Amino acid sequence: MIKSNSGIRKADVINRRMFIIGVAKVVVFAGIVTRLFSLQINENKKYLTLSDKNRIREWKLPPTRGNIVDYFGNIIAGNLKVYQLHIIPEQVENFNYLLVRLKNLLNLSEKKIAKINKLKLELKPWDSIIVSENLSWSQFVKINNYLYDLVGVKPVMTISRNYPFKDVYTHILGYVSQPNEQEILDSQIIQEKFVPGMKIGKLGLEKRLENHLIGTNAIQRYEVNAYGKRINQLEHQKGKQGSKIRLTVDTEIQKACAELLTDKAGSISVMDVYTGDIIAMYSSPSYDPNLFLFGISQDEWQLIRNNPLKPLINKTLSGLYSPGSTIKPIVALSALENNVIDTKFKVKCTGKMELYGQTFHCWKEKGHGWVSLKNAMKQSCDTYFYEVSRLLGVDRLNLTAEKFGLGKKVLGDYFDVEKKGLFPNTKWKKNNLGKGWVLGETLITGIGQGYIQSTPLQLCMMTAQIANGGYAIKPKIVVDSNPISYEDAKQSMENELLFNKDSELLRDKKLFKNKKNIKIVQEAMFSSTNERFGTSYKSRIDDPKYQFAGKTGTAQVKRISKRERELDLELQQIPYKDRDHALYVAYGPYINPRYAMSIIVEHGGSGSKAAAPIAKKLFKLIIDRHDLRNEQSNFERITV
Amino acid sequence: MFQHDRLNNEITFLQKIKNLDYILLISVILLSVVSVFIMYSTDGGEILFHTKNHFIKLLVFFPLMIFVAFFNIKFWHNFSYIIYFIVIILLIYVSFFGIKSSGSQRWMDLYLFVLQPSELMKIAIIMCLAKYYNRLKIENVNSFTSITIVLSIIFIPVIFVVSQPDLGTSILIALSGLIILWLGGVKIKYFIYSFFTFLISLPFIISFLKPYQKLRILTFLDPDRDPLGAGYQIIQSKIAIGSGGLNGKGFLKGTQSYLDFLPEKHTDFIFTLFSEEFGFIGSVLLLILYSIIIFRIIRIGSISRSNFARLFCFGYAFAIFIYIVVNLSMVLGLLPIVGSPLPIMSYGGSSMLATMIGFGIVLSAKINHKQVIA
Repeated sequence: MIKSNSGIRKADVINRRMFIIGVAKVVVFAGIVTRLFSLQINENKKYLTLSDKNRIREWKLPPTRGNIVDYFGNIIAGNLKVYQLHIIPEQVENFNYLLVRLKNLLNLSEKKIAKINKLKLELKPWDSIIVSENLSWSQFVKINNYLYDLVGVKPVMTISRNYPFKDVYTHILGYVSQPNEQEILDSQIIQEKFVPGMKIGKLGLEKRLENHLIGTNAIQRYEVNAYGKRINQLEHQKGKQGSKIRLTVDTEIQKACAELLTDKAGSISVMDVYTGDIIAMYSSPSYDPNLFLFGISQDEWQLIRNNPLKPLINKTLSGLYSPGSTIKPIVALSALENNVIDTKFKVKCTGKMELYGQTFHCWKEKGHGWVSLKNAMKQSCDTYFYEVSRLLGVDRLNLTAEKFGLGKKVLGDYFDVEKKGLFPNTKWKKNNLGKGWVLGETLITGIGQGYIQSTPLQLCMMTAQIANGGYAIKPKIVVDSNPISYEDAKQSMENELLFNKDSELLRDKKLFKNKKNIKIVQEAMFSSTNERFGTSYKSRIDDPKYQFAGKTGTAQVKRISKRERELDLELQQIPYKDRDHALYVAYGPYINPRYAMSIIVEHGGSGSKAAAPIAKKLFKLIIDRHDLRNEQSNFERITV
Repeated sequence: MFQHDRLNNEITFLQKIKNLDYILLISVILLSVVSVFIMYSTDGGEILFHTKNHFIKLLVFFPLMIFVAFFNIKFWHNFSYIIYFIVIILLIYVSFFGIKSSGSQRWMDLYLFVLQPSELMKIAIIMCLAKYYNRLKIENVNSFTSITIVLSIIFIPVIFVVSQPDLGTSILIALSGLIILWLGGVKIKYFIYSFFTFLISLPFIISFLKPYQKLRILTFLDPDRDPLGAGYQIIQSKIAIGSGGLNGKGFLKGTQSYLDFLPEKHTDFIFTLFSEEFGFIGSVLLLILYSIIIFRIIRIGSISRSNFARLFCFGYAFAIFIYIVVNLSMVLGLLPIVGSPLPIMSYGGSSMLATMIGFGIVLSAKINHKQVIA
């Protein structure tokens, strides 16, 4: 019984102690529930976000670039579906066997195979390796036929930039390619949108209008596991294609320009004389921008780079040439405006002119005899213009020339490559060369030689501003938000002249003092092309609908030695490098002018033989397309 | 006395069945069912290795529990010391010939399954000490000899387990043993003194810890110091539980576990998965289920006539409670990570075997609650 008593006492102790523990247990469990509550209820949002961050991974896809269209809406830089071949290593059963199969099917090089093997080691097994970025349709079909045997291979359809007119627009559009590190760092927008495989504009408008063209990324959301492997595809956020850009250019004319300059180095620009729209701007030779899309091969690149005709240079904008005789209309205008000469002013050409013991030759050795402005322009008499510029002085000539756009960029900041050129004056020489101006230099400036340097587009704009009656235009290549039709532009020029004679605006726009002088120069240019003995008489068109006025130019590349002058060699006998550049500037139709153009054929010889005939062929096409162009003037307006 | 025993032994089979504690039984069954479903979820919604094995183990160990229950509590009392010694021998065997895995040597191969003797020690120590205190006169409870003996009983296995190394299990064994000392009536001041001694010697103890164990403690104090390394488990577990919210993400929809962000989801972090999929409500319900089990065990202890049964039940109830608390505190980021399974829910044969045997003895105590043990 004692035992039993002790047992009961012990039981009491145990029960009492158990009670204390029981209370402790309740407290602890309550603590755990509190913790659960704080995690799951109070901080639920925070942890849900963290959980989503864990499991959802976003993949940006390359944005689709906006199309670039010509004035008529034809796509000149578009997007094309391309077929690609990807390998997903983790799905491949036998990697070496697969590579051998692919090598045979696609004729892959050993180098390519080595590259794929290297990529395989670098990438995660579920990341796809791009074997070919651009499969031909027949290769794509072949792969699809053998797909049962190519486990782990994925034919993919994607979108790539495409230039349907190949080399025709290269110097305007530029091209796209993979950005380098610096380009990504330099642009906030590219940085935000960059994904591997994305291409950006490297040159031309593709580069300049990058921010408009680039578009927005499509976003693909995937659920991933802890190792980053994609498990499920979640919602897809569509990207927006970049803005469509409409240019002022006409593909038909651009193509014709390209054809006319086949195998020649040179440039053609065509401009609307009222709106400043650039109708065509071609630099020859060109190259196919499509080559750069998937990385140009070394061989192709060397071929382009080493071409002696220099396809990489945009000659229209960055080629600097002596304008030669094409400057004469400006010299004449300047002299008329400054009342140095009038239409009756005559100079006797003996084939050369002596000045302080130096001889200045006219191109015609025998001389032109007594010539007035009209005849001098028609036959491009150098002696006349030596004398006129001597009387005028380079500084007054410089003022007129700069008013007409020489020595300044025509398209402003649109193209990085555009050059300013140079129209010298006495101050320029003092500041830059540290020497005083010599009168002889005025003489050669008067025939477009010497320091003077101009781009083909500058000459085109100069001609356009003579053609429209002497009004400043602002050339453009992209159709802006409020495109003005040629009629409206013409109307407003004439109206402003009528009603706001002294307005500030007009003072900037009006390039002449006396409208009659413009007319005189126009007539002189007309005679040069359409009258007997005119330098480009052979290239004339008699039909008034197409009749044009122009001025030839032949720019010396090097000083002609006395011996050479005596030899009077044929073009073929002179080494290519030493041959003269052939130039021609023109506008048409002569009555109611609409278009101006400048043509330059590098080392083409004389302007009348090599450049003017090109203008004849082009003018017919350009003027025939005029009505078509007018119909398009209200075509959709695209903002840039 | 002897006759009385005979009388008790003559409880018929039917009576035994009738005397089973059905609330406890149903709770255990419910918990088992939940555990199978959760295991199914850890397998990604398929019946794979873990689900299958867990289910088979339940099929084997549940009848074993009933089998254990059908032995008289006196039988278990009589064999308590022997069981304790057998487990000690197993621990010794393991420390020499055990299977090594990820740096520790805890297991022995029994052909059919791999046994972790330290898990069995969790039960054996309670049985052993319950028997000791059952016999001990209350006057002698605080005598130097008895305290020396019980501390030896506790620390001999603990030392073996610590050296495996397995800090988690050794702490659980020590706590299971100490609770019997407490229940047995060891003076409260001893507990207080030794608690302070422990605190003072803590830096000393830490210096004995393995580098990875130290790292765990540091990580616990600041999980963000190495979010992809040591802190990863705690952070991911908290994210999973926190993102579960009130109702949870739904069965088989726990993204954290499904997408492999959760480490050890079958074993120590099984509650994390459960809580992610069933949310606060589910978690509280699970805690209630556990509470019912604990409460029933205490209740059985309190109606038991013998102090052995009483001590065992109270001790075992506390042990279950401690397993749950340690495991949940760990996954909730309240305690450093020490490997400790959640009873029945976690995958692992030895733990389930020990737990089921424990329930079996409790049920035996229920069936024979009138049994007197001297």
